[in-house]
Amino acid sequence: MSSPIDFLLWVKGPAFDIALAVFVIGVVVRLLEIVLLWRKQDLAEPKGEEFGPGLRTVVTRMLPEAGSFKRSPFTVIGGYIWHIGFLICLLFFVPHIELLHSVLGIKWPGLSNHIVNAVAVVTMVTLVAMLIDRITHSVKRFLSGSEDYLVWLAAFLPIVTGYLAYHRVLVPYPLVLGIHILSIEFLMVLFPFTKLMHTFTFPLARWYNGAMAGRRGVQS
Amino acid sequence: MADSKTETKTLGESLRQQGVSRRGFLKFCTATASMMALPPTMVPAIAAALEKARRPSVIWLSFQECTGCTESLTRAHAPTIENLIFDHISLDYHHTLQAAAGEGAEAAREAAMHENHGKYLVVVDGSIPLKDPGFSTIAGISNLDMLKETVAGAAAVIAVGSCAAFGGLPHANPNPTGAVSVSEIIKDKPVVNVSGCPPIPTVITGVLAHFLTFGGLPELDDLGRPKVFYGQSIHDRCYRRPFYDKGLFAETFDDEGARKGWCLYRMGCKGPMTYNACATTKWNQGTSWPVESGHGCLGCSEPDFWDGGGFYNAISIPDGDIARNIGLGAVAGVAVGAAAGMLNRNARADAVARHETVTVDDLEKTS
Amino acid sequence: MSKATLERGLNALREEINAPVAAFFSSCVNCGLCAEACLFYTETGDPRYTPINKLEPLRRIWEQEFTLWGRIKKALGLAQPVTDELLQEWEPLVYDACSLCGRCSMVCPVGNDIAYMIRKEREGFVASGNAPEGMKGASTRAIKVGSPMGVKFHAVQAQIRHIEADTGLEVPVDVEGADYLALLSSMEIMNFPEYIEALARIFKQAGVSWTLCSEAFEATNAGIQIGSSDIAAELVERVVKGAEKLQVKYVISPECGHAYTAIRWEGPNLIGRRYPFKVVHILELLDELRAAGRLKTQGMDEARLTFHDPCQIVRKGGVLEPPRNLLKQVASNFVEMSDHREMNWCCGGGGGVSANERADELRLKVFAKKKSQLDELNVDKLVTACANCRLMLEDGLEEYRVELPVVGLTEMLAEHLVEDNE
Repeated sequence: MSSPIDFLLWVKGPAFDIALAVFVIGVVVRLLEIVLLWRKQDLAEPKGEEFGPGLRTVVTRMLPEAGSFKRSPFTVIGGYIWHIGFLICLLFFVPHIELLHSVLGIKWPGLSNHIVNAVAVVTMVTLVAMLIDRITHSVKRFLSGSEDYLVWLAAFLPIVTGYLAYHRVLVPYPLVLGIHILSIEFLMVLFPFTKLMHTFTFPLARWYNGAMAGRRGVQS
Repeated sequence: MADSKTETKTLGESLRQQGVSRRGFLKFCTATASMMALPPTMVPAIAAALEKARRPSVIWLSFQECTGCTESLTRAHAPTIENLIFDHISLDYHHTLQAAAGEGAEAAREAAMHENHGKYLVVVDGSIPLKDPGFSTIAGISNLDMLKETVAGAAAVIAVGSCAAFGGLPHANPNPTGAVSVSEIIKDKPVVNVSGCPPIPTVITGVLAHFLTFGGLPELDDLGRPKVFYGQSIHDRCYRRPFYDKGLFAETFDDEGARKGWCLYRMGCKGPMTYNACATTKWNQGTSWPVESGHGCLGCSEPDFWDGGGFYNAISIPDGDIARNIGLGAVAGVAVGAAAGMLNRNARADAVARHETVTVDDLEKTS
Repeated sequence: MSKATLERGLNALREEINAPVAAFFSSCVNCGLCAEACLFYTETGDPRYTPINKLEPLRRIWEQEFTLWGRIKKALGLAQPVTDELLQEWEPLVYDACSLCGRCSMVCPVGNDIAYMIRKEREGFVASGNAPEGMKGASTRAIKVGSPMGVKFHAVQAQIRHIEADTGLEVPVDVEGADYLALLSSMEIMNFPEYIEALARIFKQAGVSWTLCSEAFEATNAGIQIGSSDIAAELVERVVKGAEKLQVKYVISPECGHAYTAIRWEGPNLIGRRYPFKVVHILELLDELRAAGRLKTQGMDEARLTFHDPCQIVRKGGVLEPPRNLLKQVASNFVEMSDHREMNWCCGGGGGVSANERADELRLKVFAKKKSQLDELNVDKLVTACANCRLMLEDGLEEYRVELPVVGLTEMLAEHLVEDNE
């Protein structure tokens, strides 16, 4: 029998296990591939520390540099809104907390669904605006390849399908819930093979940047 | 039970004979109309149709089942109009209820089939084992054979309960008997699935009332269930829904939230994915229903609800052991990653070994 | 004689892949913000000049040869190879349109040090023969003649004779056991000999024991600019040998940006060993003398003036406070540019761009950035601390028909020196 429930059970069962395996193995492999490349010991006499300034850069790069913010406010603000919106939906919607609780063993208070709903709408609108910007902005259009658009889609789908599932727009519900979970599995499977990896590698990149600058006595 | 005198009576005559007033009858018709989401203007038509309806012959087949569905229908409190409907139909074969047994019982079934050929209804509860016919037999006849034989001359089939509708508990992993639902075997007759473990009695009578009133089966959803009863989810009709929207949840059966009657989602309530009428019709004459009693919905009217993860796991939790899988994945990732890392280091070491010193004499390309 | 080949170039790129490079490429999301930090983009609007785009050849090598997934894609024929055509096409982006100023590395939201990678990528361009003619010439002259501008020590001697005649001061040469070995950039020797005079005067007043070295006077390092560690190492080795021979305690890097990067930061790594001496930038030394009260000045320059931060000394060198401390001692009307210190904008001629005639037109075009910064301030004088910056600033100002004197900070200090012993 191929009912929406079967689909949901497949998505929550074997499909999730496969996606999780690809995600976890892939991300660990990518991270090891990076750190195992190592870097040569720097023989130049240091002017400052590496570790502390590296960590500082990990934190300070959360904020944009004033000049580039002025020149490209949309990229910066849009980036903030959708990243934060995505994280709020991911971490503070009660069904998601339940999932994370089952994995991590810790739980935290969720937000009212009305708030999460509003955040999801803002996030979707921002993502669409970011896509339009990517297509129209000369630099972004020039830099963008199929992977950039694929990754955009992978980030957009979970929010749209989650929104549809929450509003129970497509009936029956098991179908739309299944599609929502499947969209997350799509995101998870793409993760190790695309620039989605920045989620895990940005602290490394920022740290190396900050450490190399810190050694020269500059806070980057 | 087969009574040749009542057979020719209409439902109206039968009810009056049992002492049901005209007013009580209309009340039932109104309730039936509202349950089936029909406009009030339909009540006279329903009344007229039921008044004139002929007593149908019903053959009830019980296969791999627990008798819970029959218990639900014959529940032991004061008789109701719904009961009278059952009193009115000619339940010609039901081996739990009938006095006859063995060959005598089978003879009654065959007689009913023969006399009402093409007009009788078959009600099935329980799933049908396909792996080995010997897993479940009645009077030496396998369930599969009996179903096929009985349905051959039927007007329609009503699969009562989740076992008959979707395979139910016998169908649950690893399904040792190869249990299947009625609709997987019967393809050439209309099959109505009245799912639930057990189904709400009112829903069964509602389907029968529909059959009696309109002479046919109600509109069905994708799972073959009457839309009027299964068109909305428990979640959408749940009186605790406002708590879900506000983010107020009970987290244990004895916490503050539980006492305050907050949403049971976090305790595994399957209401959002379950389509049934419990939240509106309730159980035991409208006394209560699972969520009202403080326990989450199990999703019993949905296919494979036994396999849909733990009853106390929120719907959003995938079925596998996530923490273990992450652990295994991390171990595999470390192994593959270490190998890939070594491969990369070797590639770079090779490049370094192949390095030819660049001098100012070799800044030009080979031409 | 060996020749540059694509294979040597690819091999050189492979040698450059390390954990930071892999982390940087893994993190880029093509947000395009680095473009806004690069004057080659902001002043031209050409998206090809987006810093991260300049790294495409190196990125391909990393992806295809240093990631498992990339290897699989390559094996399936889904990868775009690095070809000689690609390197040719990218050569102007990597050499003409990047001054290694490192401003992009300061703004990248994921923290990519793009300039660090461009420096690495140039190794592959050199080894494959895809470097600009101007920089090949500079490297050849540096190795064969001793200076990228073809300056030999007798030219230094000539300048010394002039200075000694003009001031009566002595410019010590090849003094064994001196504390400090001063290096010079050939631009200072040829265009700004005032610097040598300023050193002589300041050190005399402060009582610093110093010397020049006839075998190691050139501080610039064309190898760093063209991006060849082998050539750069040979040039660094000369300085190290000279310093070791004279047994100095310190080597002074002059007012030249990339010279400081070469001798201070890359040098020990290029030759594979730590120095037996320390390297200081002239501004660091002067600031130390100032703090110790050994640098006595008189009078204040009352002109409204600003300071152009040389990228390699400030952002990439960590010499942030000394120029400010020193300027405040002799200037009463010092104003900062809108973006300064580690966020300064490049003069446009760093990273070897000034040695690459092909890039002249682009360099002068993007100088508009510096001009607009100066326009905001309406200053009467521009001070800097890098001979190359100074030359580029003068060139740019001339191109844009702006009358603005450009002076070196060391000379400016020397002008205000209290000549108590005279």
